[in-house]
Parts: sequence; C-alpha cells; structure tokens
Amino acid sequence: MVDISTAHEVAQPASFEFDAESNAAIETILKRYPPGRQASAVIPLLYVVQRQMKRQTDSAWVPLKGMDAVAARLGMAPIRVYEVASFYFMFNTKPIGRFHLQVCGTTPCWLRGSDEVFHACKDAAHVAGYGQTSEDGMFTLSEVECLGGCVNAPILQVDDDYYEDMDYERTVQLIEALRRGERPAPGSTIGRQTSAPEGGPQTLLDVPGE
Amino acid sequence: MAKVTVDGIEVEVPNGVSVLQACEAAGKEIPRFCYHERLSVAGNCRMCLVEVEKAPKPIASCAYPVADGMKVFTDSEMVRRARRGVMEFLLINHPLDCPICDQGGECDLQDQAMAYGLDKSRYLEEKRAVKDKYMGPLVKTIMTRCIQCTRCVRFATEVAGVPELGATNRGENMEIGTYVEKALTTELSGNLIDICPVGALTSRPYAFVSRPWELRKTDSIDVLDATGTNIRIDTRAGEVLRILPRTNDDVNEEWMADRGRFSFDGLKRRRLDRPWIKVDGRLRPASWSEALGAVAARLKGLPGERIGAVAGGLADAEAIVALKDLMGALGSRNLECRSDGAAIDASRRDFYTFNTGIAGIEEADALLIIGANPRLEAPVMNARIRKRVVAGGFPVGFIGPRGLDLTYAQDWLGEGGRTLRILAEGGHRFNEVLRAAKRPMLILGRGALTRPDGAAILAAAWKIAAENNMLQADWHGFNLLHQFGGQVAALDLGFVPPADGAAVSPATEALWLLGAEVDPAAIPAGAFVIYQGHHGEAVAARADVILPGAAYTEKDATWVNTEGRVQHGRLAVYPPGEAREDWKIIRAASELLGKRLPYDSLDAVRARLAEANPVFAGRGFAAHGCTDMTGPTGDVGALTEAGFAPAATNYWQAEPISRASDTMAECARVYGAAQVQLAAE
Repeated sequence: MVDISTAHEVAQPASFEFDAESNAAIETILKRYPPGRQASAVIPLLYVVQRQMKRQTDSAWVPLKGMDAVAARLGMAPIRVYEVASFYFMFNTKPIGRFHLQVCGTTPCWLRGSDEVFHACKDAAHVAGYGQTSEDGMFTLSEVECLGGCVNAPILQVDDDYYEDMDYERTVQLIEALRRGERPAPGSTIGRQTSAPEGGPQTLLDVPGE
Repeated sequence: MAKVTVDGIEVEVPNGVSVLQACEAAGKEIPRFCYHERLSVAGNCRMCLVEVEKAPKPIASCAYPVADGMKVFTDSEMVRRARRGVMEFLLINHPLDCPICDQGGECDLQDQAMAYGLDKSRYLEEKRAVKDKYMGPLVKTIMTRCIQCTRCVRFATEVAGVPELGATNRGENMEIGTYVEKALTTELSGNLIDICPVGALTSRPYAFVSRPWELRKTDSIDVLDATGTNIRIDTRAGEVLRILPRTNDDVNEEWMADRGRFSFDGLKRRRLDRPWIKVDGRLRPASWSEALGAVAARLKGLPGERIGAVAGGLADAEAIVALKDLMGALGSRNLECRSDGAAIDASRRDFYTFNTGIAGIEEADALLIIGANPRLEAPVMNARIRKRVVAGGFPVGFIGPRGLDLTYAQDWLGEGGRTLRILAEGGHRFNEVLRAAKRPMLILGRGALTRPDGAAILAAAWKIAAENNMLQADWHGFNLLHQFGGQVAALDLGFVPPADGAAVSPATEALWLLGAEVDPAAIPAGAFVIYQGHHGEAVAARADVILPGAAYTEKDATWVNTEGRVQHGRLAVYPPGEAREDWKIIRAASELLGKRLPYDSLDAVRARLAEANPVFAGRGFAAHGCTDMTGPTGDVGALTEAGFAPAATNYWQAEPISRASDTMAECARVYGAAQVQLAAE
C-alpha cells in the first residue's frame, strides 16, 4: 500500500550526511550521466540514502534530510526530490523494521496463492497487516505491485532478495530463519532451476551430437 | 506558416503553435484547466480535447502542434462526448461545495461544467479528501477542491522562481503542496490565486467576503511599487474588497506583487479623515475652512524663500503640479521630491527613468545590477528579468550584498563602491561581458543613491553605461529603478530645488509636506508644518495643520512608473470622511492665499500638466535610444569604497499604506525572519 504520510508526521533525524561508502557509490553513479544531466541520478541516489540508513540505523528508509542531501548534491530544488521519493513506494518515507517483507499481490501471484503468503507473514512475523511493523521492530509488511517474477509466483521480496514459489509453510520457515539471524539463499524455494519448469527442463532435452 | 481549418474556418498560423492556439485564432473557444499562455504546457487536464481529421482518437489540443492542411473539429459529437467524459472524471473527486466556495461565480470548473459537463452525477462512491496545506498568510488552501492541473506548481517554478511547490505521492493519493510545512517564500504568491482554475487556492484576506457579481470594478494603477502594475479595484459599498492585476504585456503581463494586491486593508486604518489644527501644542479636529484659514494666515506675507515643499513617493502628478504652481505663486523655489536623499539628477529625463523599458528587458543580452534588489523593490519586474535569464544567454552581474536570492543565478561582483569604481574604469572582468553584448543594460537602485556619495554612484553608473555599449542610437541601457509610483512624476515636473536651494533648511519657516516622510528632527523648531496626506505617520504629529488627502484608490490621478510610462488611475471609492482629492485641496488653499490657481476641473489640471511637461500629453512609453552621452553631474572620483546596504529591508511594510495593513503586518511577522536571514547570508 502506498504510504501517504507527509514528512512532518514522522520523527525525522536532525541531520543526514553521506558516509564514505555512500560517497564512493555516488561518484560511480554520477559518472553514468552526461555533464549537466546529473539530476537524472536522483533515483539511484535516493537508494544510496536508503541503504546508508539501513547500515546506520538498521531501518532502510529515506528521511527528509536525506532527500535534502540528494537535492544539494545534484543541484536540484528539494521539492523535486520529494516528488520522486514520495512517488515511488520503493522508497520508505518513514522508518521500517529490520526486514522489509514485500508481498506481490498482482494477479499471477494472487492466483498462485499470494493470500497464503500474506497470512503466513501476518502470523509468523506478528504484523497486523499491510503497512504495519511488528512490535519487536523486526518486520514491516508491504503489498507491492508486480515484481516481474510471475513464472515463479508467488513471490515474497525480503529487502532486495526474491524468494520464489512460496506457500504458507515455506514463508513461515523463511521468517523464522530471518528471526534467527540466518539469511536463506534467495531464489526458488522448491529447487527450481531459475525459471525453468518444475522438476527440470521439459524441452530441448536432446543435445545435438550426443 | 501553416494553413489549418477549424470547423470549416481556414486560418494561417505560425508553424509550431499548438492546435489550441490555432483554434483561438479561428475564434473558437477551447475549454482548458491546465493550459496557461504564460506557463509551460503540461497537458494533464485533458479538457481541451478536439478532433483532428484522420486521427483515431481525440487529441489534447494544448500539447499538439499544428501541421499544414490539418482539419480540426471543435464541436463534433466525438469532442462533445470526450469533454463530457473528462469533466465527469474531474468532478469525481471534486466536492460539490460551490455555495461555500470563494471561487464561486468566477470558477473555470463551474463555468465549464455548465457548458460542457453532464447535468447530473453518476458517481455514488466515496470521494477522496485531501488535507489542507499551509502556504502562508495570503493564500488559503482547500486542497480537496484541487483538480491537479499543476498550474501553481509551474507558476512557482517558472515565473516566481521559487521551486517549492510540487505534486507528491501518486495516483489517488497525489497532492499538491510543499511536502514540508512552510509558507511560500515569494512576493508573487497572490498570482497563485488568479491562476488556480478552481477554489483550491483562494485569497485568505478575501475569504467569505463577497461574490464577484456584487463588485464594482474600476481599472486603475498600482503605486505601491514603481512598476506601475495595471490593476482592477473591486469595491462594494464604498469599500475596497480586493485588487487584481489587469493584463498589460508591456508592464506587468498578468502578474502582480503581493504588497500592491493585499495591503488595501491599510486604506481603512489610521486614516487622516478630517482636518486637524495644532492649538497650544496639541492637535485638535477642525473644519476645512479653519484649517485652510490657518494655512493662509501663516503663509500670507511670508517671503517665498522661507517656504518649502516636499512631495512624497505616493503623490500623484496632479497634486504635484498644483503644489508646484502654488509654491511658484508664493515665490518659493524650495521644492523637493527626494526626501529619501537620493542624489538624482533631474535635468534630463533619461537620467532618472528605466529607459530600456520593462518589455525591453527581454531584448537585452547582458545585465548589471547596481545596489538594487529587484526582487523586493519590483517583484513583477524581477519576474521579467527571470524570464529573460531562463531564456538563456543573459549574464547577470550584481553589485550589492552577497548571497541575495534574486530567483535567478547572478554573478556576484562585489559589495559596492570599490567594484563600481573598477567597472567604471573598465578593468573588471564583467566589462568584457558587457562589451561583448549587443544590447547590454544596467539597473541602478534608487536606494544606492541615498548615500552621501550618491551623485558619484550615479555618475559612475552612467559612465559604465556610456563606455560599455549600453547607449546606442536605438537602445538605451541605463535604468534607474525607483521604489514608489509617484517618484518619477515629481521628477518629470521638476519638483526639485534650484542648485543653491533646499526645501528643508534652517531658514525654513513654513513647510508643506505632500504625503512626504521627512525626519521631524530635520525640521527647524519654529517652522510651521502643513501635512497633506492620507496616513498619519511620525511627521504628521509634528504638523501644525493636517489636510486629509486621498489615497491612490480614491482619486482620478496620473501616475508615472519607473519607465516613465504615463498612466491614469481612476477613482474606485470616495475618500473617507472629509478627505479630498489632493489637487483640489491645494486649489482651495490657493484661493484663500489670494493666489488662485487657474484650473478647477480635472481636464484643466491635466492640460496644465501637459504644458508643464509634454510627456503628460500622451500616455504610455516610447522606446528610445540615447545619442547624448553627457552624463549627470557627479564626480566619479568621490566614490567611497563602502558596500551597498540592502535598500528594501522590509518588503511587506515599505510605505504608509502597507504599514497600516494588518495583512502586511502578518506577512512581516511570518516572512520577517526569513528576510533578515536573506539579508545576512
């Protein structure tokens, strides 16, 4: 769900400064754009802010001061950065939990059982619903639009990683693993090779010359 | 040129114009919300849909360029259905609160819903609501009414140059606002109210005051800054309820500064609405005959050289010429209109006017600003400069306090005198920029001339103009930026003392102040002071006789803006109480003084004006060049090193009318801190 809270309703940090790691990343990013077109880097830079907040506070979000820092770095008016940051729901404009559980609710995932994944998230992570954070601050649950992984639906995205072919059981197991501090390998949870058919390839089985 | 057929009418329009403009050229009205002539094209309201032959779908005419041979239909079945559909979508989330909406009666959405919409709503679901935003003490917001045309966003970004408004969030949740709670930092915020096609942005002081059809509309001129903005004064029952700009492409386009627009509530407060006489050291109310009798009794028999007269910044040309004639009849040449101490040389008109013209700014290709802050002294002209800067190829050099935000990039050259001297000597890097330009111009702030070395600054500025290609046979790049609407007329009428005289000197025994603010300490102790004006300020308490005059909304008067453009303001309401039009007061006093002035109608005064200076015979502004390079008197060598102080320190309360205004007091409170910060940076 889109979070429409405006900036002043959230406790904001008093300041934000890019750390060394972020500055190195920004330098690489800015080189991709021709001179005078640096404002195009606004989206990557907002991600840099979000990642830095994750490193520093264990909550991946973009505070107002971070948007201002991006605006200053790119020579844009702050409002132009606010517009971008509030438009894309990939940017969290308020603090979130340590893990961001993003359930794809678009039709293919829904047909393949995303409702089950949602319930599993609610039950295992103890989150009240979409847009909520668990009381222990570990998990924030969001519904997202199509993640583009329909072949392996349903998808649960945890932070930047896709966990595919989910069902209730495996979602609960994943969340418990996360809670224990483990990070299971991303990808299909039923051993599917990339997005090949379940159980292995069905076509092009005969390799010529064999 | 492209030939376009609109509903069977063939028109020829330049290549590249939009279909909408072609339709207008053919005399067809196209409904629109987001499209505005002076803003970039957004194309997001979809109200301007028209049908084009061979196009499968209706097209948004505001964003679609014409092509030769195009056939456009603005009233086909497809167009009518498309517009009805768009209107239905726009109204889905629009509240039906027209009866309590201040835009009612002059609302584009209301009017166009009448003309192009359905007669009833089919929408039964819940409407969305949007939280109202705070945009400062002038603009009231009811954001649920917003149809997201983004005109305000584009105005703030493009014209006002304060990119603080934006569209945040998206889809159903999209909102127009500043995202962070703050008042818009612009002196042009009132224009947001004008361009908003619905009732989302309305005037806070005008909230729930009146309906447009109840108002009497009078065309006039704004005099609270020297731009000469063309205005329309809306009144009801003898009270000014609001002031709106009128379109004049040569002056204000269709914009207006906030001080001129919102300070009219000062016209009702602290007014001098009856004559006063000082008896035994205390002012007491008097009748006109008593007051004028007291004036006559004191002035009669006084030698002319002991009498002085000072005209203030808001005095109209008729009053000034009447006072000048009266002083002449009394034998006095001690006239002064520069009570701020500006060392202006009134001997030649182009020494004290904005010769390039406001529209001429758009033809210039380099600008040097000396000791002026156009953003605060003339916000609408600053928008014009910004427009030119945005068009590109317009370097702006600035001499004055460092770090001022003029809403466009400027090249800060230095604090003041030192830099000016280097520029005058031709050794500054910016000299190269000016010399390379074909149409360079400079703007000299009147405030910069109030220093002791003002004459030297004026001479130095002229020298820079003369030696840097600014004075050409068909181009005049020397410009003086005045602060108030009455200042140029007084100079045009030669309301200045002779070389050896001064209006206020130790020998002064009687002083006539025409709305002028003179430091009471500078007036000799025994002098008899006549204060004629509409607001009682510090100097009025020093007066021996107070003659209540009319404010600019209360008289038919001639005004000259900083360009030297002669314009006529009209009476919108009668002066309060016993106050009278200023030239009539002087005419009545002349009768009692036995020096009857030879005019007793407005036409006769205006004939006298034209005789005093031929510029008053015409109206408007004639573009002119400069062939006589001789500069104003003043020794460039006397230039001191000191930096220019910011001229306008309090934009919101710069003259008596705005100082009496509650709205402006609120603005000063809200914006005051920000402005002090601007000045300090």
